[in-house]
Amino acid sequence: MEKIESLLLITPERCIGCGTCELACSIGHVGEFKPTASNISVLRFEAGVNVPMTCLQCDKPACVAACKTSALHKDAETGLVGIDGARCIGCRMCVMACPFGNISYNAAAKQTMKCDQCGGAPMCAEFCPAKAIEYLPADTANVQRKKAFAAKLAAGLSEVNV
Amino acid sequence: MYGWTGTVLRINLTEGKVTKESLKKDAAENYIGGRGLGEKYFMDEVDPKVDALSPANKLIFATGPLTGTMGISTGRYDVVAKGPLNNTLASSNSGGYFGPMIKYAGYDLIIFEGKAAKPVYVWINNDHVELRDASALWGKTVYETDDAVKAETDPDAEIACIGPAGENLVLFACIMNDKHRAAGRTGIGAVMGSKNLKAIAVRGTGGIRVADREGFLNAVRAARKKISDNPVTSQGLPTFGSNILVNIINESGALPVKNWRESYDPDADRISGETLTKNHLLHNKGCASCVIGCGRVAKAKGRFNEIGEGPEYESAWCFGSDCGIHDMDAVLKANFLCNELGLDTISVGSTIACAMELVDIGALDPEKTGYDLKFGNADAMVALTRATAYRDGFGDEIAGGSYRLATKYGHPELSMTVKKQEMPAYDPRAIQGIGLEYATSNRGGCHVRGYTISPEILGLPMKMDPSVTEGKPEILKVFQDLTGALSASGTCLFASFAIGADEIAAELKAATGIDYTTEKVMAIGERIYNLERMFIVQNGYSGKDDILPPRLLNDPIPAGPAKGGVNHLPEMLPHYYEIRGWDADGIPKKEKLEELGLADLA
Repeated sequence: MEKIESLLLITPERCIGCGTCELACSIGHVGEFKPTASNISVLRFEAGVNVPMTCLQCDKPACVAACKTSALHKDAETGLVGIDGARCIGCRMCVMACPFGNISYNAAAKQTMKCDQCGGAPMCAEFCPAKAIEYLPADTANVQRKKAFAAKLAAGLSEVNV
Repeated sequence: MYGWTGTVLRINLTEGKVTKESLKKDAAENYIGGRGLGEKYFMDEVDPKVDALSPANKLIFATGPLTGTMGISTGRYDVVAKGPLNNTLASSNSGGYFGPMIKYAGYDLIIFEGKAAKPVYVWINNDHVELRDASALWGKTVYETDDAVKAETDPDAEIACIGPAGENLVLFACIMNDKHRAAGRTGIGAVMGSKNLKAIAVRGTGGIRVADREGFLNAVRAARKKISDNPVTSQGLPTFGSNILVNIINESGALPVKNWRESYDPDADRISGETLTKNHLLHNKGCASCVIGCGRVAKAKGRFNEIGEGPEYESAWCFGSDCGIHDMDAVLKANFLCNELGLDTISVGSTIACAMELVDIGALDPEKTGYDLKFGNADAMVALTRATAYRDGFGDEIAGGSYRLATKYGHPELSMTVKKQEMPAYDPRAIQGIGLEYATSNRGGCHVRGYTISPEILGLPMKMDPSVTEGKPEILKVFQDLTGALSASGTCLFASFAIGADEIAAELKAATGIDYTTEKVMAIGERIYNLERMFIVQNGYSGKDDILPPRLLNDPIPAGPAKGGVNHLPEMLPHYYEIRGWDADGIPKKEKLEELGLADLA
């Protein structure tokens, strides 16, 4: 059966900055409440603006392109960018390549860390109290609109980079 | 350990010595954490008669086993010390992100002892703890200090600090964390100032383990359902903040106006939560792991033009109607000044209102104050708030609180205080049970020890008639005990609009692996309450001090929905003592102390 691509839709203007997503992610992945081990982070700014940041599962992932051992790969079915831990050599090229800072390396655990959408039931979305993080089918009008805006943003960013 | 980190950090400022010790497991089980465990350590280590501003007083930052977890609104911590305002056991609670960071750094409690020879701040970077010179920070505001300490340590550190008010030993100075969150009452900021301790910076990268992961998540899921089904926690507080209460309390005829002369304000909506949301709110905000989001990021417009956080209902009331003021921009500005300078909004606003009444009756010559202290003068109120933090001019007299001020000018009856601490914004002439709470709260006039407004006005968890005294002693005891346990766990008081001891027990049991039950949690709350009581008894407090200002007992409310009301404290107090197991003088009986495991305090 064909798997429907879903994504984590983040609406920063709803975020209250509570950091629950970081706690949900870390209890799910490392079994502790440990924000530094979370694959999602909330950046808090003055004047009440908060931005949750996590892997966007890019269609052309810079991290995958940078990975020299093919440990990182884009899954055609789920749309997720996954890590094969056995292949990862810990070079951190992916960390340098991601333009958003959404992949990281845990030096203590010697592991590359990124969002895996909890295998289809992301805990950050389940526990977000403000609906700032939602887990939705990618193919919705709302998401299309977001993608269109994101594309403009990306174009702007690449212009800046050139 | 699970839930707890198992480590206590002890910092002796006199000797510059840092030690780490294992958490006392029995004490942790029997007092949970936060307010309870911090007070237990304090009582074990400090003579209750200690001078609050002397090096022998200790200052304990206390987290709970749920602090820093994904429990229901569990970003809270308490600061325990003897408070200089009224010599009670100050356990001031605060939110933000500072408390969880203490846990991630690996500590349940941080105990400060002694006094540094010169201003210092403490940098706690996980295991690494060092005292640093803070001479250059002394005199700086909370905002400046927060930025400067982060720049010197780590941008991801969380900071708790005092402002000029704490340095100047203002008797109701706060300790501020995350710039805008306050451990507010009874003057613990002055205790920190007396120790020459300007700030604490904490960076923790560790985690908190729980005993039963699935059990914990399921307890959280069940409790969250109650939060989202409850209109106060899911709609009222996130949309309007605690300031939603201005109109509700005013319509109940219980909004104190002009230093409590009146209790109804026809223009109250100008300082209400609805007005705040409509005209000033930029965003609502949650503390760590908050499921409610009542915090306000707001803008003072016009001549002030400043963004900050607040006001809570208490601040809107004390700078607003209590001073006869309806200028929301001025209310916001006064609140921001309190955050920036480290002042308790309730005490400063209420003391200014008291000064205004002293002027109004001719007991205080306004010429000598240097301010035009008429009720309704917003600019004078704002200017005097700032001067209070610096003890500048007449601000020096405000800095001692309204009891000392009103006594000096010959009218102690105009100090709207209990046990020398300014009462919060609910007139007990209109709401009987909250009067009993004010009178019996172990740290003086206070609403967050047993918030009977919940049943008496909001109808949670059941509706009680605010005008009657029947049933109030019973419900107050339940609320006081529950609140003690709730604070000890690290949970926000506002969660208790929707959840109670059942949910706290379930979270605690799964987090710690200890068999906490509803009964055990409530018994711990009662133990905490009696421990605090014995502390103040040893400081000379007794039944004679469980009293309200005479205005509330004798002068009927002049107008509004609760017209004619007075508080019937004498009808409630004896029965309250009886169900508490206290004698007729408000002192816990030996049998009660033994029952609670407090025999050593008898």
